[in-house]
Amino acid sequence: MSVRRRGRTLPGHVVLVAVGAVMAVPLLYALLSGFKSTDQLSRNPVGLPSPWVFANYGDILGSGSFWRLVGNSTLIAVGTTLLVVAVSALAAFSFARFAFRGREALFTLFTMGLMFPFAVAALPLFLLLRSLGLLDNPLGVILPQAAFGLPMTIIILRGFFRQIPGELEEAATLDGCGPLGFFWRVLLPMARPALGTVSVLALVTSWNNFFLPLLVFTDSTWWTIPIGVQQFQGQYSADTARVFAYLVLAMVPALAFYSVAERQLVGGLTAGATKG
Amino acid sequence: MTSTFLPDERSGRTGPDAVPAAPVTHAARRRTLHWLTAVGLQLPALALFGVLVLLPILFALYASFFRWGGFGMPSDYTGTDNFSRLLQDPVFLGDLWRCLLLVVLSLALQLPFALAMAVLLNQKVRGRAVYRMLFFAPYVLSEAVTGVLFSIIFAPDEGLADHVLKAIGLGGLGGQWFAGTSTVLATLFLVMTWKYFGFHMMLYLAGLQALPAELTEAAIVDGANPWQRFRYITLPLLAPTLRISVFLSVIGSIQLFDLVWVVTAGGPDHHSETMAVTMFQYGFKRYQVGYASAISVVMFAISLVFALAYQRFVLRRDLEGATTNMRGAGT
Repeated sequence: MSVRRRGRTLPGHVVLVAVGAVMAVPLLYALLSGFKSTDQLSRNPVGLPSPWVFANYGDILGSGSFWRLVGNSTLIAVGTTLLVVAVSALAAFSFARFAFRGREALFTLFTMGLMFPFAVAALPLFLLLRSLGLLDNPLGVILPQAAFGLPMTIIILRGFFRQIPGELEEAATLDGCGPLGFFWRVLLPMARPALGTVSVLALVTSWNNFFLPLLVFTDSTWWTIPIGVQQFQGQYSADTARVFAYLVLAMVPALAFYSVAERQLVGGLTAGATKG
Repeated sequence: MTSTFLPDERSGRTGPDAVPAAPVTHAARRRTLHWLTAVGLQLPALALFGVLVLLPILFALYASFFRWGGFGMPSDYTGTDNFSRLLQDPVFLGDLWRCLLLVVLSLALQLPFALAMAVLLNQKVRGRAVYRMLFFAPYVLSEAVTGVLFSIIFAPDEGLADHVLKAIGLGGLGGQWFAGTSTVLATLFLVMTWKYFGFHMMLYLAGLQALPAELTEAAIVDGANPWQRFRYITLPLLAPTLRISVFLSVIGSIQLFDLVWVVTAGGPDHHSETMAVTMFQYGFKRYQVGYASAISVVMFAISLVFALAYQRFVLRRDLEGATTNMRGAGT
């Protein structure tokens, strides 16, 4: 069978190489263009830089404003992740291990949150944040991001918590653990892979969020990377090579994180999309 | 679903050493304590979700019945005027049309393409891991980065796309891309496919890998050719995954914002505008908050009706209402 399969893969291979090229070219193009001067870029749009120009990348990496954006994005992503995972873990624990009146209705309410487009709530949310004085404040992004991340995080964690056998719970109870002791000392340590998965999802989602920071941060001191990218393009629209360098540097953290946490990310997405 | 924290009177936990006179009140107290613990654990999540998700949505519904600039409380009640205005707004009707078009294009082109790639990568191809990484990588990039990158690549004349077409002698095919009213939506769809097909491919790959190998082997023994095996075994077994992917794709098209806003902001001449972009324009640029709220409400209603109908008629028991929207998470 494997022989027959291998025979069929030649046309398939050609397709894969072609699609792979289409996927890779924009990324490589950006990377190489960042090493050209804008003048060079217009004379020699494709092909290797000659000479290689390091100033574009160097200038951005040497500027405080870029690192401030990285810092802001990191702070907001970490804050969002900690909040959403902590709050969701408590709720998922309750959904998975307790029987109580109204449980199913409550769970349905959270799952319905998955189909609320963020854009629907954006306007009143902005007004609410304004009246709470949370505009130009990182909490103004962290809190709503955590709130909108709850449905998926709760669903995934509930699934994992349910898989942990009831005998363990009985054993812990016999050893004198209350519900919270069991949660803290047994459930959370055992669910570490699941916590990793939802954390990676929350981090990536927060890192890439554009809409909410766009609404909340009018003051550039709090801008995040996606906002910075858009603003940088507007500011340096004549200096394309520099914009490319900025784009590549903005891609690096997400891609690096993806290559490290690939398993968690993909596992989380497929679990979130297919498990009840 | 068993829980040892559930007080169960039948199990005789009160036991022989329980105080004979007290079992009723004791059990009742334990039940109350149990309920309080269960609900107490929910409180932080409920508070966050209620205040920052449900409340804004309800408020949008309320505000949509007013003419309101967004300051103070809405007071100029206009009934359903905002909604009847929507139905006569050519831009909004265009939004609906474009949304439908993107849905149809995604279902007819993007998802089958993703499926084909998943089937290819489900075989023992050399470099499979690299292709998986590469196809999925754009999904991890933010919409802002993707948008800026492709707005440069598709710049008329000087962009990479036009250079490449010229170099291979197809210069005539180059053109306006995002700048042309007739080409902007197709170009946008190309970028969306570049960015999102890998996500759907990953879903399909996960589904394919969960399929039992025995069925395919049995079909080979029975002499089924590859197409027959795909059509009569793989496809039906993959149906639950396909239905989820279709659902996510449609919901994503309804709420499309980031990519459009970064690349075209809806232009040229509204030809790439989506409902979310129109809402943003009215709500945050022109301060017609009541009218913008009405747009939000229509978006919400469309998502809700679609989701409920889909759940009722298509998903049925595939899942218990669990679906992701990894845009920002998932457009």
